[in-house]
Amino acid sequence: MTPHLMLFFVLAALAVGGAVSLIVASHPIRSALALIVVMVALAGLYLLLGAEFVAAVQIIVYAGAIMVLFVFVIMLLNAGEEERTNVSRLAGTAGIPLAVALAGFLAAAVARSTPVTATGAAAQGAASTRALANLLFREFVYPFELTSFLILVAILGALVLAQREK
Amino acid sequence: MKELFLQHAFLITTAVKCGLLLFIVLTVLAYLTWFERKMIAHMQSRWGPYRVGPHGLLQPAADGLKFLFKEDPTPAGVDRLVYFLAPALSLALGLTTLAVIPFGPEPIRIFGYETHLGIADLNIGLLVLFAISALGVYGIALGGWASNSKYSLLGGLRSSAQMISYELALTLSVVGVLLLAGSFSLRDIITAQEGRMLWGILPRWNILAGPAPQILGFLCYFVAAVAETNRAPFDLAEAESELVAGFHTEYASFKFAMFFMGEYANMIAVSCLATIMFFGGWISPFPTTPAWAWTYFLPSVLLAGFGLFVIWDGVHYETLFGKLVLPGVGAALCGLGALFALVPPVTSYIQGPFWFLTKVFVFLFIYVWARATLPRLRYDQLMSFGWKLLLPVSIANVVLTSLAILKWGGQ
Amino acid sequence: MVPTNYYLALSAILFGLGVVAFVFKRNIITIFMSIELMLNAVNLAFVAFSQALGKLDGQVFVLFVIVVAAAEAAVGLGIIILIARNRQSLNVERVNLLKF
Repeated sequence: MTPHLMLFFVLAALAVGGAVSLIVASHPIRSALALIVVMVALAGLYLLLGAEFVAAVQIIVYAGAIMVLFVFVIMLLNAGEEERTNVSRLAGTAGIPLAVALAGFLAAAVARSTPVTATGAAAQGAASTRALANLLFREFVYPFELTSFLILVAILGALVLAQREK
Repeated sequence: MKELFLQHAFLITTAVKCGLLLFIVLTVLAYLTWFERKMIAHMQSRWGPYRVGPHGLLQPAADGLKFLFKEDPTPAGVDRLVYFLAPALSLALGLTTLAVIPFGPEPIRIFGYETHLGIADLNIGLLVLFAISALGVYGIALGGWASNSKYSLLGGLRSSAQMISYELALTLSVVGVLLLAGSFSLRDIITAQEGRMLWGILPRWNILAGPAPQILGFLCYFVAAVAETNRAPFDLAEAESELVAGFHTEYASFKFAMFFMGEYANMIAVSCLATIMFFGGWISPFPTTPAWAWTYFLPSVLLAGFGLFVIWDGVHYETLFGKLVLPGVGAALCGLGALFALVPPVTSYIQGPFWFLTKVFVFLFIYVWARATLPRLRYDQLMSFGWKLLLPVSIANVVLTSLAILKWGGQ
Repeated sequence: MVPTNYYLALSAILFGLGVVAFVFKRNIITIFMSIELMLNAVNLAFVAFSQALGKLDGQVFVLFVIVVAAAEAAVGLGIIILIARNRQSLNVERVNLLKF
């Protein structure tokens, strides 16, 4: 087993464990913590894949800003333990097996398909960040500008929602 | 011995460097508290700690012992896992930030194996630093939440909102430097600032250098960074006049100490980053021409002078303990100064680290100075300052810098 | 090197777990978090493909997904705060009226 593969399995176990404990945890803060673990593990996997910039953005924006927002809202609303009422019986008896089957089939199908090995490795390290910037600001410049509109609209939406009624 | 070392050179040197850095940083953290208390006391016409050891120099050790042996009660109704996790997270992330900082230019050679000052030299060093410090908010927010106390919860809430708000300005304020250096590597950012400008009068540090002096960027960075580290005047998370002690109200003993050390480690990291990005890192403010060769002896002169002062002070000290210890310390400092001056390889080697640490020390002093001088902001003032002033100014800095680079060329 | 299939399998598993969480959780914030989990799973697939094909387009896409997730979080959490204010509960089952 190469060190790469070992690292992959450790990080994958962390990610899956985090995702499972997101489901099992009864308190929203515990779920948020579990999701942060998943995100950090995924950042590690991105590093393993040579996507350093994406890994850093994953931690800075996803784990460091979006999840802080979640934690903030949970604390602000003082959300307590989750109520366990009203779980529909259909969801319980049919849902879990179906969902597990979905994940299993997907994973099995992917794992069985002809193994793809990395062809030409994408540019590594600093060169990769430079190439990413070139791609983002040249080929994808219109989508990039559109995202700024999206953010503007989101800011306006959040402001309107948060405003108290007059 | 030599073969064994060369076989595992990377592992061994990294482990040794980690241990050394940890030891030095923890000592410095302890004495930073002494420095801060003493400084603030003198600024407020008090004496500060002076009972334990001469000039209170053993106060940090006494504090450390106290933290270790105090009772550590766990309040009722806390979320145990999160309650224990929060201070550990705070300290661990605070110390990890220091791992990517390069302290000096020249590598050390051991049996032909070269190793740099600083643990990890990453090509995305700056991003890693920001990533780690972005996670730092969880220590405070979760600690505040898990304590099951309204003051803690308010402190945690405040700090998480504050950190999201100021992180934007913090990240945007360094974009100018990144544009100038064209690299995320901290080492590259420093080497991009080498050289002189204005007929060799001034160093070509980012804060002054053309095409785009980063004065605005630096001001935004430092203000936002003080807010990110939850220090006065932005220490609303632990505002003791309103929230008892904010997020760490319910923490005692060693867990409290971990929060504390995390905060100070973050202060050091922020100061190091300010030094690296805006003030040329380890680059000396003096030219390297032979006429300025005497500046090579500045470290030793300063050390020896300080050592002589300590000896003089010790001889006149009131207590016997001080009379015995202080001259010894002074003599040690003088000896160190002599070593720096008289052994040529050492003299040239310590130049980089000396200037680096001097600049870092200046920023740490500014931290303390601000705490002694500035009143705490009100919460709405804090928010409107961050969003309405700091963020627009840092965006303007990005735009101005890119325009200047377009017009007059950069890297 | 790790085969790309492994990453894709992991991505599928995470996505499935996200679906499970989405269906079973009752707290509206946790449901929102499970959407983030699914987005993350998809991001992993993007980066894995990007590496497998030797092209960076997948990574650019991940950046876009992260931006969209941030915008979504801002608006979504605003809505959640409103719901919590109006209904005094975060349980999705209690949000069963079309008008307040």
